[in-house]
Amino acid sequence: MKLELRKVTKRFGDFTANDSIDLTVTPGSVHCLLGENGAGKSTLMNVIFGLYRPTEGQIYIDDQPVNFKGPEDAMAAGIGMVHQHFMLVPVFTVAENVALGSESVKGLTLDLETTRQKIREISDRYGFEVDPDALVEDLPVGVQQRVEIIKALVREAQVLILDEPTAVLTPAETDQLLGIMDQLRKDGKSLLFISHKLREVREISDDITVIRRGKVVGQADPSMSSSELASLMVGKEVQLTVDKEEPTYTDKLFEVENLTLIGDNGVPLLKEVSFQVRGGEILAVAGVQGNGQTELAETIIGLHPKATGSMKLGGKELLGLKTKQVLAAGVGFVPEDRNKDGLVGDFSIAENLILDLYDRPQFSAAGSLKKAAIAENARQAGDLFDIRMGSIEHHASTLSGGNQQKIVVARELSRDLELFVASQPTRGVDVGSIEFIHKRIVQERDKGLPVIIVSTELDEVYGLADRIAVFFHGELMWVVPADTPRSVLGQMMAGASYSEALEAENQDQARPTTPWSEGE
Amino acid sequence: MSETQKNTPAPQPSTWAKIAGGNIGLSIGAVLASFILGGLLIAATDPATQKAASYFFARPTDTLVAGWTAATEAYMALFQGAFYNPAGRSFAQQIRPITETLTVATPLIFAGLAVALSFRAGLFNIGAQGQVILGALVSGWVAINAGLPAAATIPLIILGGIIGGGIWGGIIGLLKAKTGAHEVILSIMMNYIAANLLVYLLKTPLLQREGSSNPISEQLGADAVYPLLLGNPFRLHLGFIIALLAVLFVSWLLNRSTLGFRLRAVGANPNAATTAGISVSNSYIIVMAISGALAGLAGSAQVAGTEKVISTGIAGSLGFDAITVALLGRSTPWGTFWAALLFGAFRAGGVTMQVSTGTDIDIVLVLQALIVLFIAAPPLVRAIFRLPNPQGVPHKKSARKSKKAQEA
Repeated sequence: MKLELRKVTKRFGDFTANDSIDLTVTPGSVHCLLGENGAGKSTLMNVIFGLYRPTEGQIYIDDQPVNFKGPEDAMAAGIGMVHQHFMLVPVFTVAENVALGSESVKGLTLDLETTRQKIREISDRYGFEVDPDALVEDLPVGVQQRVEIIKALVREAQVLILDEPTAVLTPAETDQLLGIMDQLRKDGKSLLFISHKLREVREISDDITVIRRGKVVGQADPSMSSSELASLMVGKEVQLTVDKEEPTYTDKLFEVENLTLIGDNGVPLLKEVSFQVRGGEILAVAGVQGNGQTELAETIIGLHPKATGSMKLGGKELLGLKTKQVLAAGVGFVPEDRNKDGLVGDFSIAENLILDLYDRPQFSAAGSLKKAAIAENARQAGDLFDIRMGSIEHHASTLSGGNQQKIVVARELSRDLELFVASQPTRGVDVGSIEFIHKRIVQERDKGLPVIIVSTELDEVYGLADRIAVFFHGELMWVVPADTPRSVLGQMMAGASYSEALEAENQDQARPTTPWSEGE
Repeated sequence: MSETQKNTPAPQPSTWAKIAGGNIGLSIGAVLASFILGGLLIAATDPATQKAASYFFARPTDTLVAGWTAATEAYMALFQGAFYNPAGRSFAQQIRPITETLTVATPLIFAGLAVALSFRAGLFNIGAQGQVILGALVSGWVAINAGLPAAATIPLIILGGIIGGGIWGGIIGLLKAKTGAHEVILSIMMNYIAANLLVYLLKTPLLQREGSSNPISEQLGADAVYPLLLGNPFRLHLGFIIALLAVLFVSWLLNRSTLGFRLRAVGANPNAATTAGISVSNSYIIVMAISGALAGLAGSAQVAGTEKVISTGIAGSLGFDAITVALLGRSTPWGTFWAALLFGAFRAGGVTMQVSTGTDIDIVLVLQALIVLFIAAPPLVRAIFRLPNPQGVPHKKSARKSKKAQEA
């Protein structure tokens, strides 16, 4: 089935989210829609899936014009969508989730057998390995995503839209997904793949359409280099690697010893973690999401008072201090989820820039806020960090992800630090801002601070790290040099020890190793 | 304390907070819409209109005229009773209605501020009722037993209200912070306890009037009541000035103070507040204590200003009206002030309306209820008055409008 968009435009009031977009997805191919965050990709998907009506333009399926009043129409026409955030009921089984909305019934009882049968069929055909009777909440994220794909396939979707499907996946799961997409393509399905991760895009796409600020800026070829694609996407040359000198160590030291944290359900989240970070170096903490890195960062900042062990910053024990005291001791902290933990969306930009500094003498006197100083601080931070905003009085929630993240980073770097900890510092941030934030992080390192970066993006890890700490199931597997090959790191992230991973790598010598940095 | 900081109760901004944070157009729209509906109701219950309706199909204008007359006359009477009486024989009689409105509004301002403040910190203080009662009890006890000159007694009365209400509210905050119990359930229970404590104490020698078998206290002495602002015959008392000061204080607290910054952060995003080193549980205790203290001042104003005696009905339905007032005032200090004035006007004018037009005073309660109903259902008001939707996704109508504009 062929999906075609002709001159599709979507406006919200004065804002044009999609400007006259032409796009054709042919059967048996993967068409990638490449664009930065905020380029209008999701709006376009919602237009195709019937959640929004196009302001102008027309959608065609097999050359017939279609008008969708809602997702039901789109689904009936054979369009399936895998959302970035899964639309699954966690306490239902796979079969129940798949049946939801199109249940077949026998009298008054639910007939799940037919659905189970269909799931097995699809699962076998594409090698999904999904048990129809498993509870969704027990499944790993990658498998949950396959359930979403099955949902679409059971409804006989011929066009499949995948909205940033790899954002939540581990590197191994990403490879599996790409394999699945390849099979679906061979099966004659039309796939529309939305992403801003260049490597995946180059690997799987047949056609690439690049959009920027709601407009199609060009068609790209999968054989183009990552930096060529990136510059198309952001409209300027982008540096994907981070320029940095060899570390110059200082005597500032952050030592962690036997750090252990047991979760509320008795499961250990951190197991006797010990490491040191010297002033002037960046320790990147790598690992698949959910292996204790988040808890490590939160424990450092004092959010888990139950943790045991020791964390010494310049000889001073941090463990047992309250968050406020840890911050006062000179720890800068960028939380991994800025919307949840980093910003107050309903506060102004100026207020967000002093969220953890509001009671310092610089910004308050005798219990009153110094409004002028706060505004001045916001203007300075806005200039220094290139925060694109209308006014410092606007709510933080009105900004794009990249600018929001710059607020958090600007705030944390605006005071004298002894240690800088950043979790996923560039998650959901556009390429231009990534470059900027990375530069600032390296600057802090060059000032002689110990810096800890937690990231699930290997590109970021390799770009910033002086050394890499690999976490698996709450354990620090090993701290390895920054030039460790990707494949070795990948094995360690899956639980192999350093020596095992190296050995496996040596046995694989025949195969050329993947270069870790792109676009060179 | 087995709770980790991460596990401290930290609700996301609730539906209540969203309702409380609507815009000013919404508040005005809600008031207008309820006046229109109320007018229809007045017309429908008016005997003359009903009579004319019996021959509606013969002469429909009769019904419409009668209904219009009934509604406008009732609202005119309401207005005259609330603001200015042109028929008054002296200037004092003419302006008496507005002073009554201010008098009735005084406790509503305090209690409304109490609820508004808690809203802003993400808490739903439904317990203003109990806090008003405790404020009234402590203030009243001080007033009856102080035996000091007015200059010393009045500050003590004010302090009594602050302490009584503050402790009662603080208990709720403390329980929530330490155990994670929900403040709505806690405050409802604290209301029951306060109401029954009031009845009990009014039957003990501590408060009961000597020689009386009714649950009522001694009359407050002349040195133990708030002085009148305009002298006799007006009832307007010092409490109104204190209420104005309270508005200024809350305004400063929320918008200018570091404490307010902290409370608002906790209210808008407790997770981000925690990560920024702000203690969510301490903030809950503090805000509930301040909120309770404000409600307590409403109790003081009732005892030392309006009633001059402690009775079982001292708090009326103040605590619940306060929720309405805070909602209508969008949880801002000045918004709450004006909303309290409106409700005061309803109460003051309602009496005149009933006397002069025979429209039942209960219509005022209906109006209040309708206002809350409209505020709780913003899309309804927006649809009626075509207000823009503040949340990103545009309204179907306005989208259509912009499309038309583009075509043009």
